[in-house]
Amino acid sequence: MSLTQRIEALDRRWIFLLMLFSMSFPLIVHIRLPVRTSPEARGFYESIEALHAGDVVYLASDYDPGGKAELEPMLLAVLDHLFRKDVKIVGATLWPAGSPLLERAYKTVAPKYNKTYGVDYVHLGFKEGKENVMVQLGKSIREVFPVDYYGTKLDSLPLMHSGFNGNPIDKLGDTKLLVNISIGYPGTKEWVQQVRGRFQMKMISGCAAVSAPEYFPYVQSGQLSGLLGGLAGAAEYEQLIGRPGWGVTGMAAQSLSHVTIVLLILVGNFVYFWNRRKGAARS
Amino acid sequence: MLRREIPIFLAVMVGWFMVGEFFFPWAEPGGTEVQQMAVIITAAGVILGVANVIRINLLKVSRRQKDWQYSIFLLVGLIVMGFLGTVLPIVHAAVKGGAWTLGSLNLVGITDGTVFDRLYNRIYVPLSATMYGLLAFYIASAAFRAFRVRSTEAALLAAAAIIVMIGRVPLGEKIWDGIPLLTDWIMNVPQLAAKRAILIGAALGGIATGLKILLGIERNFLGSD
Repeated sequence: MSLTQRIEALDRRWIFLLMLFSMSFPLIVHIRLPVRTSPEARGFYESIEALHAGDVVYLASDYDPGGKAELEPMLLAVLDHLFRKDVKIVGATLWPAGSPLLERAYKTVAPKYNKTYGVDYVHLGFKEGKENVMVQLGKSIREVFPVDYYGTKLDSLPLMHSGFNGNPIDKLGDTKLLVNISIGYPGTKEWVQQVRGRFQMKMISGCAAVSAPEYFPYVQSGQLSGLLGGLAGAAEYEQLIGRPGWGVTGMAAQSLSHVTIVLLILVGNFVYFWNRRKGAARS
Repeated sequence: MLRREIPIFLAVMVGWFMVGEFFFPWAEPGGTEVQQMAVIITAAGVILGVANVIRINLLKVSRRQKDWQYSIFLLVGLIVMGFLGTVLPIVHAAVKGGAWTLGSLNLVGITDGTVFDRLYNRIYVPLSATMYGLLAFYIASAAFRAFRVRSTEAALLAAAAIIVMIGRVPLGEKIWDGIPLLTDWIMNVPQLAAKRAILIGAALGGIATGLKILLGIERNFLGSD
């Protein structure tokens, strides 16, 4: 058996081992690479940067633990940016397993800026109903979420009374920006289709890398004012807000694993065609 | 006959009502009611789904079908989490009891410091993230063993994939600073054009299907029974 034939028949556990090394090595030795920011990430950053202290945003945190590695760095950076600017947050999820993740993100970032629950941020929890809930939120948040994640009535939370001119916040239109962090359905596409145009909301999205190409048309049409795609998007955003976190740290691991996959494609094809050519020449 | 005609009638009525709500402000309260009904029906559907999952997996265990052992784990997880997150808070509220604890953890509720939260964060989160993370290993294996450039189309796909994969990470710029620009071009021109065509096509298809439902022509949503 020639070398190329042995490479072609390589046990896939060696490939798994190679991937493990390429992903873990940069994390162990703390390699940090400079991150280039894209116009989509700058749009995301500038949309939040344009908010003023006291403004309220609606944060739709639509992901579950499967998307945690990609989206949690993004969510933490968004919360950091919003709290730093003293922007108030009304957050909820349409994913059944999403609430504890949003809760944990709040608990991680809010103490850093001495933010108080109910005054500076609210967690509405989860509601089943997907697109129906989105449209309902555009009409009345209280109808959909009479109580918050802790079972407290929304009317007893000071933040829900701090809309424009002291009016209560009762619908999505009472907030200045819709921030969606999403891994799939229901997520960015549904928010754009059901809410963005119908309720005239300004919207930005952070999504999984695999979903980002699908949302590029929404950025170009202006329906999304900014877009973060996957861990790379999180890294770009962390760079922009000057708070390097897991996104930036993870980019070295992602860089090396992407290069490894590219090399595997090239080597796999080279040995395949080389072996076929040699086989054809022999026969 | 009524098994088909009544659902079609309901679908047509609700469909036209929702269209009307969009154009006539006086119809909005009614539309809101219908949407609230939809939210309640969807939530009720979850109960039906859970009941179905329990039934199917109980049958699987009782008949010792292939991989029946996994069904036991699924049922135990479903029952424990459902009990802690749903049943126990209702019982607790009904009996107006004090704090129900298990060690330092609260037995009632789903928030921070409860048994439910601990099980979620210590078992569900790592397992779920691991399942997603395993994808990277299988993608690498598939890239090596199955991604063969046998045609022009495959060659174009491979070239685009390699450029985008390298261009989307910082190492790409280190290799050649033109790669990120090439990546942006691929994402913003050919990719965007294709994606937009798919979106417009899907939207037109959606409109056509919606119109067929509104006119009572489309009946596939009723199933084949």
